[in-house]
Amino acid sequence: MRIAGIDIPDNKRGEVALTYIFGIGTSSSKKILKSAGIDFDKKIGNWTDDESNLVRKLISDEYTIEGDLKSEVQLSIKRLMDIGSYRGLRHRKGLPVRGQKTKNNSRTRKGKRKTVANKKKLTK
Amino acid sequence: MTRSLKKGPYIDFRLRKKLDIMNESGNKKVIKTWSRRSMISPDFVGHTFAVHNGKKFIPVFITENMVGHKLGEFSPTRNFKSHSSKKIK
Repeated sequence: MRIAGIDIPDNKRGEVALTYIFGIGTSSSKKILKSAGIDFDKKIGNWTDDESNLVRKLISDEYTIEGDLKSEVQLSIKRLMDIGSYRGLRHRKGLPVRGQKTKNNSRTRKGKRKTVANKKKLTK
Repeated sequence: MTRSLKKGPYIDFRLRKKLDIMNESGNKKVIKTWSRRSMISPDFVGHTFAVHNGKKFIPVFITENMVGHKLGEFSPTRNFKSHSSKKIK
């Protein structure tokens, strides 16, 4: 089934299936189902048309999802970089933004290790 | 942890006073400040602050986008010159 354009999560419990949409996690998925009056455990394939239309409507009315949300995130990062704040500088350099140490680890931000080759040999 | 809304944004008292004088008289001079912890409020927009970074004052021109940030965010305290590449030949 399709909700919000591209996502086709089927044969999952409603609560879980909705989280396949970027921008909807477990808590907002629960909120949506509650206000739509659908049982959390009901598989998405077993929803009636009315139910799925209601969910679609709720999502499109109240949530920013997928591409819109992604561009929103990118824009706020760009804003930080443009005003030249510390957080923006960290984004630009690809280093952790929230004050973590960078002596070691932080590989998620820094990417694969770049070894400084042959350091020992050359200092000899 | 965000600051309690009840208290309102923190702005150094002396900085606030200086700014009020500036706004009243309508002239725009660079305001030297050490108060990196002060929040930028909407009436800062258009002024230039010289924010101390521990060594010298960095001029910061306040634009509308900067409202809600702290002055210190725009005056980096660390200066990283890249590692020397001399040894790699």
